[in-house]
Amino acid sequence: MIGIGEVYETNRMVREENLDVRTITIGISLLDCISPDLSQLCDNIYQKITRVAKDLSKTAQEIERDYSIPIVHRRLSVTPIALVGGSACRSTADFARIAKTLDEAAMAVGVNFVGGYSALVEKGMTEKDELLIRSIPEALAATERVCSSVAVGSTRAGINMDAVRLMGSVIKETAERTKEQDSIGAAKLVVFCNAPDDNPFMAGAFHGVTEAEAIINVGVSGPGVMRRALEETRGESFEVLCETIKKTAFKITRVGQLVAKKASEKLGIPFGIIDLSLAPTPAIGDSVAGVLEAIGVEKAGAPGTTAALALLNDQVKKGGIMASSYVGGLSGAFIPVSEDQGMIEAAEAGALTIEKLEAMTCVCSVGLDMIAIPGDTTSSTISGIIADEMAIGMVNQKTTAARLIPVIGKGVGERAEYGGLLGYAPIMPVNGFGCEALIARQGRIPAPVHSFKN
Amino acid sequence: MKNKKQNRAIISVLGKDTVGIIAKVCTYLAGCHVNVLDISQTIVDEYFTMMMIVDLESSMKDFDLVQKELSQIGEEIGVEVKCQREEIFEMMHRI
Repeated sequence: MIGIGEVYETNRMVREENLDVRTITIGISLLDCISPDLSQLCDNIYQKITRVAKDLSKTAQEIERDYSIPIVHRRLSVTPIALVGGSACRSTADFARIAKTLDEAAMAVGVNFVGGYSALVEKGMTEKDELLIRSIPEALAATERVCSSVAVGSTRAGINMDAVRLMGSVIKETAERTKEQDSIGAAKLVVFCNAPDDNPFMAGAFHGVTEAEAIINVGVSGPGVMRRALEETRGESFEVLCETIKKTAFKITRVGQLVAKKASEKLGIPFGIIDLSLAPTPAIGDSVAGVLEAIGVEKAGAPGTTAALALLNDQVKKGGIMASSYVGGLSGAFIPVSEDQGMIEAAEAGALTIEKLEAMTCVCSVGLDMIAIPGDTTSSTISGIIADEMAIGMVNQKTTAARLIPVIGKGVGERAEYGGLLGYAPIMPVNGFGCEALIARQGRIPAPVHSFKN
Repeated sequence: MKNKKQNRAIISVLGKDTVGIIAKVCTYLAGCHVNVLDISQTIVDEYFTMMMIVDLESSMKDFDLVQKELSQIGEEIGVEVKCQREEIFEMMHRI
């Protein structure tokens, strides 16, 4: 029978340590909406989303109430729109119209983000893939809730450098179009290597083509819980440290598993995966940098940070895997700069640089995330940073991503302010030496030798 | 067979110790025909903590109404009263 200490511990995690379920995301296939007629296609998309997800908000509220566990976001991911809209769209404006439809459908069902305004171009771009990518600045400027991602590389396919070059200018233009809001459009745009099909977190969520009709994916969180647990292990051995991380990850993930199971039962939609990422928020204490500091570095970015993060990421996975049989998505520790108070402080104190963050992405679950850079950074430099990040993912057979925000009109020493969950970001300096000649080359970087496993 | 645990909930009270907390909660539960299976109390981090495992199988009121009214009783006495389905604790603390 459950003991009083256990009840107290669970409720303390919610009350004092910001334990929450970060998101219930319904992945919806839009393949059956395809029509060569754009109006018909938009209508089909709107009808399907509002039918499948109509009870999402209500269900999430019921689960919150039953267990007194906050569920912060309800979100949707859809089939990459380059595939869905290919036969109907002749111009960037046509694709942007689909984005507006997604925005309206998201608003109608009460979700704050819908992901999947995406193209998968790891090896090459079709005409329509390229058209969708070129429409991204227009689509993100005209919508509030739509998130976009472009997969430009994988371990099996190599890196599509034509797409990397294009993304440099697309990110720049997206930033330009939303410059009144500190270029927020770029905060909703991710470039991926080895993109997962079932990630519930934004901005990179999309519903992969190998997925079912509809699926529920749940993202758990809990850096605050982890930090509190680790503060009690100061001075202890690595064995004690690792045990504590595993046990804590287990507990957090089990909550996600329960929420996913209940949401699946109530909505009649099969359960897909739990993503057991430590996802920080700007709330005080809810910080991955705080966890790293509890492990023993003075500030995130100090020597030892990469080792601490590697250990953390691995132990989170080991604890979480025991808690759910279906772990997927990104699963690890997120290190966004703007959404994490400790990372912001580390960047402002000069402890954390883009180069150190790049090293950290070799061992964490995602990549260069929510990094504000000077607005006058050239598109080829942005492409160069993306190419570096994609190379790390390709060679290490892991997901990596880049979400860079060139904040138009601002420079190093200033801040980009977004408010809410996105927080604010200090603008970080970028290496001033160029890479135009590299980025100007046509074609792709071949897949690495260890991709040949057949 | 219906899982007997399905209708079980944990009521927890957290706050400053005052006279009559348990009496008030129990009187309310008796009025709703909610059966108390287990009860324990202790002091954790200087807070008075009380926990009850209850069975809502023959409750005359819905779970959400019981939850709401218990929370109101808590506000009246100046303590936090929570009512949660038991599964969350089972999931988190049992393999």
